Amino acid sequence: MDRKRSYYEDVALFDSKAKLFWFFVLMAFLVAYPHIVPSNSYIYMANLMAINIIVVLGLNLLVGFTGQISLGHAGFFCVGAYATITLMIHAGLPFIVALPAAALISALLGFLLGLPALRLEGPYLSIATLGFGISITKVIGKMQFFGGRQGLHAPELTIGSWNLDTDLDFYYLAVGLTVLLTIAARNIVKTRVGRAFIAIREDDIAAQTTGVNLTYYKTLAFALSAFYTGLAGGLFAFVLRFIEPEMFTLLMSILFLAMVVVGGLGSIMGSITGAVLITWLDLQLRHILTIPYIGDWLRTLSQSWFSITGVSNIQYIVLGTIVVLIMVFEPLGLYGLWIRAKKYWKTWPF
Amino acid sequence: MIDFIQMLLSGVAVGSSYALMGLAMVLIYKTSEVVNFAQGEMALVSVFMTYLVLAFHGWPFHLAFPAALIFSFFLGCFLEWAVLRRAKTPNILSMIIITIGIEMILLGLVSWKFGADPKTLPFPIGPYDAFLVGDLFISHLEIMTLVLALVIMVSLFLFLRYTRFGMAMKATQQNPVAARLMGIRVNRILMVTWGISAGVGGIAGLLIAPTVMSPFMMWDPMLKGFAGAVLGGMTSLPGAVAGAYIVGVVENLFGGYVSTEFKSVVAFVIIVVVLCVKPSGLLARHYVKKV
Repeated sequence: MDRKRSYYEDVALFDSKAKLFWFFVLMAFLVAYPHIVPSNSYIYMANLMAINIIVVLGLNLLVGFTGQISLGHAGFFCVGAYATITLMIHAGLPFIVALPAAALISALLGFLLGLPALRLEGPYLSIATLGFGISITKVIGKMQFFGGRQGLHAPELTIGSWNLDTDLDFYYLAVGLTVLLTIAARNIVKTRVGRAFIAIREDDIAAQTTGVNLTYYKTLAFALSAFYTGLAGGLFAFVLRFIEPEMFTLLMSILFLAMVVVGGLGSIMGSITGAVLITWLDLQLRHILTIPYIGDWLRTLSQSWFSITGVSNIQYIVLGTIVVLIMVFEPLGLYGLWIRAKKYWKTWPF
Repeated sequence: MIDFIQMLLSGVAVGSSYALMGLAMVLIYKTSEVVNFAQGEMALVSVFMTYLVLAFHGWPFHLAFPAALIFSFFLGCFLEWAVLRRAKTPNILSMIIITIGIEMILLGLVSWKFGADPKTLPFPIGPYDAFLVGDLFISHLEIMTLVLALVIMVSLFLFLRYTRFGMAMKATQQNPVAARLMGIRVNRILMVTWGISAGVGGIAGLLIAPTVMSPFMMWDPMLKGFAGAVLGGMTSLPGAVAGAYIVGVVENLFGGYVSTEFKSVVAFVIIVVVLCVKPSGLLARHYVKKV
């Protein structure tokens, strides 16, 4: 039974021995992962997944826990990436200082966006955040200081005397940060701040009457979310080692939101599964024609009914269908499915 | 001075297509509180279906355009019936996400079918046909957009005000439960509202298509129309129209006098500034939630 007897049991990181065990199994797997996969592309995929997990954790804090919609997270992602590289190139800061500094800059922007968002809700908030996401990338893309349309190349990545020039080295940095940030996010939502967020999501006026400071917690949610996303953006700049403004489109914001929804609104585990699943799907669907059986079938289908040049767009159809189906039938996402499965088996076979 | 009038004119013309998109979104939002991010892509599908029958099946214009409108009407009805009505927890956030999902599906379908390269829609008026009034350069297409937009707005207004169906729509948006008790089929009203809105959006799409036609053509008009609608207040039809015209004109004037580079950004900056002062938009009554 998962009945809790004291507050400390509720906030404890591992509430059972089994969970602790599985946590160490997962850690061992994560350490061993790069050595057991057959090729480098799997490590690259894991790096992207780690980065998307960080973004989705941040976005879930805002959308899933606080109930404030944001369609502009590609903007924070972009700010994080550009700020990290710019601080390293122009200010000569080492990576280990530049990354948190960039995340703080992003958090500051999140705080500033949170101020008008205090009075907005629903469609008004979605257009304000969407406008922010579009404008910030446009502005950054037009400034020569940030490389303009040509984009920026990432400098050498070193931490102390550790030179992270391969995907393998970067993997340990990205995954280590992801684990830390996941635990941090989990602690945030389990304690006072997280409970305030959830209270705001359920009903902001009722939350205020019970003593939740709306101004403080709403802007905090925006700033925290932007901090996570900015940090992920800074890491992202070193995955591709090259950034340009055209990468950070509205579609990217939508993809982040899709990850949150598919994984499960208001759930840490859900954020991780959603990010992993959608990143994997996204990478696989890019070369869908090379998948056995389905690829051949799609090729003939495209030739007779659709066009072969536009076949890569199937990924939008697949992702859109997943999002719609999940939202219609299981609004809590994969996490909701997991809860249902758990409940079903609890009393089995009765 | 002539520059100013010229810019004002093209601002108004652009604003008309924004206004149509904004109207379409407000229609849906008013009746069902759904922010329809798929509005642009619904219009996109209609435009590409029109392209298909015009360019490949050789339909005449007088057949193809009404057919396109009927098609978009049924597309809107179908989406409401098949997807939106099935939603388990119809709150604002999940509805926004569902429409974004629909948007991705429709966008994927269109770009799968037609590829990403730009096309030209056969249209009775060329995009560069124009006449001169004094020194003013007025394109036929702009005039047509403006006139059609005005006609649609007026007829929508008359429809909502003076028909039984319009009355039923109003009743539905004010209180769905009471409307249902009075014998109004709320579900059917919502479905037809989606149909009408898709039709209005489809007209906007067909008026934009002669100048630019690609799978991403509707993003900008949809977002600007939405921005305009939010500026005027999502719950007010005249507000949406006024907001869209403001966005169109300010955007063009900003592009002409300040910088063309940031032209597409200025709309969103205005939105954020206006929403800081009036959180429900310019013309809508501020709605205070009661607990």
